[in-house]
Amino acid sequence: MAQMTMIQAITDAMRNELKNNEDVLVFGEDVGQNGGVFRATEGLQKEFGEDRVFDTPLAESGIGGLAIGLGLTGFRPVMEIQFFGFVFEVFDSIAAQMARMRYRSGGVYHSPVTIRSPFGGGVKTPELHADSLEGLMAQTPGVKVVIPSTPYDAKGLLISAIRDNDPVVFLEHMKLYRSFREEVPEEEYTIPLGKADVKREGKDISIITYGAMVHSSLKAAEGLAKEGIEAEVIDLRTVSPLDIDTIIASVEKTNRAIVVQEAQKQAGVSAHVVAEINERAILSLEAPVLRVTAPDTIFPFASAEDAWLPSYKDIVEKAKYIINF
Amino acid sequence: MEKTKELKNIESQFKTFQILNEEGEVVNKKAMPKLSDEELKELMTRMVYTRIWDQRAISLNRQGRLGFYAPVAGQEASMLGSQFALEKQDWILPGYRDIPQIVYHGVSLEQAFLWSRGHYQGGQMPEGVNVLMPQIIIGAQIIQNAGVAMGLKRKNKDAVAITYTGDGGASQGDFYEGINFAGAFNVPAIFVVQNNRFAISVPVEKQSAAETIAQKAVAAGIHGVQVDGMDILAVYAATKEARERGLAGNGPTLIETLTYRYGPHTMAGDDPTRYRTSDLDDEWEKKDPIVRFRKFLEGKNLWSEEEENKVVEQAKEDIKAAIKKADSAPKQKVTDLIGFMGEELPYNLKEQMEEYKEKESK
Repeated sequence: MAQMTMIQAITDAMRNELKNNEDVLVFGEDVGQNGGVFRATEGLQKEFGEDRVFDTPLAESGIGGLAIGLGLTGFRPVMEIQFFGFVFEVFDSIAAQMARMRYRSGGVYHSPVTIRSPFGGGVKTPELHADSLEGLMAQTPGVKVVIPSTPYDAKGLLISAIRDNDPVVFLEHMKLYRSFREEVPEEEYTIPLGKADVKREGKDISIITYGAMVHSSLKAAEGLAKEGIEAEVIDLRTVSPLDIDTIIASVEKTNRAIVVQEAQKQAGVSAHVVAEINERAILSLEAPVLRVTAPDTIFPFASAEDAWLPSYKDIVEKAKYIINF
Repeated sequence: MEKTKELKNIESQFKTFQILNEEGEVVNKKAMPKLSDEELKELMTRMVYTRIWDQRAISLNRQGRLGFYAPVAGQEASMLGSQFALEKQDWILPGYRDIPQIVYHGVSLEQAFLWSRGHYQGGQMPEGVNVLMPQIIIGAQIIQNAGVAMGLKRKNKDAVAITYTGDGGASQGDFYEGINFAGAFNVPAIFVVQNNRFAISVPVEKQSAAETIAQKAVAAGIHGVQVDGMDILAVYAATKEARERGLAGNGPTLIETLTYRYGPHTMAGDDPTRYRTSDLDDEWEKKDPIVRFRKFLEGKNLWSEEEENKVVEQAKEDIKAAIKKADSAPKQKVTDLIGFMGEELPYNLKEQMEEYKEKESK
C-alpha cells in the first residue's frame, strides 16, 4: 500500500480505469500536457497518449456536448469541469441532456459520463471557484452526486463512478486535495455509490455530513467526547441518492441528529436529509433535527471566507444544544 | 451599419449555391449530382409524401389527435435532400421540426406520431437506426453532433454525424462551440442551418449582423456553404460533398439552406400573420421546392399527374394506418417512466415504484 493524498488517489483511479477499459477517455481544459490545474491528470497523457487524455477548447458546454456524443458512440467519457462554479455554462448538457438520455429514449440510450470537478471553500480562490453547488445537482433526477472526504474513498468511489452507466457528478473538495495522506491500495477496488460510511461510531447524537465538513465534524466529535458526549459521524459520500438505511439506523440508535454542510442553508442536501428523517424516524427523535450550514448569501470574497464557512465550533455548539434540548 | 470593403468582400464570397432555378431549369450543369432516374423520382416522391403528411398532421393536431407538431411544408427540399445524401450508418441529431429526415432514416411514421404525443415509445429508436430523439433545447444537439462525430471517427466507422437547427439556433452559444469543437478536432460532422427566415417571430435580420449564416464557418476554420434550400438537387449535392469531405478527414461543414416554412412555428397557437406579410409568403411560395422539381422531372418525362396522385393516396393510407397503430400503443404508466430513470433505481424511486404499482393496480 502507498500513502496517497486525495489528488493522487483520484489520478490513480483514472489511471486504473484508462488501463482497464480502452473506451475510457479523459478530457477537459488543461488536462493534457499540463496535467490539470490541480495536477489531477498528471502524467496520464504521457502514459496513455493524446487520443485517450486530451485538452479541449475552452468551452464548458462544448465539453459536455462532446461527452454526450462520445457516450452515444460507445465511449466512457470522464470530463473535467475546471472549477464547479463554471457548471452553469454546462448545466444544459448535464441536467437537460445527459440526465434525461435514458428516460427520453425509453431506455435505448444512456450517458455513461463522469463529470469530475473541484469545488469547496477555504482555499481563497477567486469568485465562482469554490461554491458548493451540489444541491442543484441533487435536485436533478437522473444524475448521481458523489463527494468523497478521504483519499481511500476518493479512489474507490471514482472507479465506481467511471464504471456507472448513468451520469455521475464527482465533486472534489479542493481543501482536501493535499491536506493529508492515508493508506490507499495500489490495486483496484470499488466503493459502491449510494453507500454512506460511519466515520466514527457514537451513541448520543448523529452528525450527518459530507465533503470537508466530515473533518470538521470529526474534530467536533473529539471535542464533544471530552465532555462525555459520544457523537456518531456519518459521511454520506454520495449525496444523491442518499444512503437512507444508514442514516435512519443511526438516528434510531442515537435519537438525536444534526446535519452539517458547507453549502448555504436554503433547500439543498441537508434540508433533504432532515425531511427524510422526519418522514421516517420522527418517533425516534428526542429533539428536532437541526442544520449547521453557511448563511444564505453568495459565497463571499476570499478574505471573508473563514468567517462565513461553518466551523467545528458551530458543530459543537449545535450538537450541545440538541443534547440539552 | 456601414461595412468596410474588406468585410463586404468576405461576405460576398458566400454566394447561394443553386442547381435548379424556380422554373426547374438546370442553371449549374457542372454541379449536377449523379442520380439515376429512379433516384430523382424517389426525391420527388418523398417531397410529395411529406407535404401530404404535413397537411394530415396539421389536421390531426387540430382534431386533438396528435400532440406537439412543428409544420414542415416549404422545407421539404432542405430536409429530404440532405437526408438523401446520407448512408444508413450515419447519425442524425434532429431538432423538433426535423421529423421527415428521421423517418426516411428508418424511424416509422407510427413512432414519429408517438413522439409527437409524448409517448415513451416515440423515443425508443430501433436498433441500427442511428437517430437521436428530436431536440427541444435550441442548439443542444449541435455540440453533441461534434461528440458523435468524434466517436464515429475514433471507432473507425465509415460514418458522419449530421445535425439540424434553424436560423435562430445559429445565435446560440452552443452553435459556435459545436462548430468550433468539430473543427478543432477535425471530425466528420455536418451542421445544417435551415434558415427559414424566422425564429418563431424574430426575422433573421435581427439575429445577426452577418450577411449569411454560412460565413460563420470561417471563424471556426471550417467549410461553409449557402445553398438554395428550395432546390433539392443543390441541397443533396452540398450534403454529399460535405459527407465526403468529412470522411476524407478534411473536416466538418456548415451548410446554410435558404428556405421558408409556410405554416406556423408550431401548432401550439403561433400566428404567422403577426410577423410575416402575405407578400413575403407569396414570394417564397413561388420558389416552392415541389413545383420546381415537378417542372424539372416533367421536362425529362419522368413524372406525371397520375404518379403524383399515387404518392398522395399512398401517403394518406400510410398515415391513416400509422395513426391507428399509434392509437393502440399501450397507455403510459408512471411505473414505466420510473423504470427509465437509471440502470439501477435508487431507494427513493424504488419506493415510488411500489407506490405507483399500488395506485395503478386499483
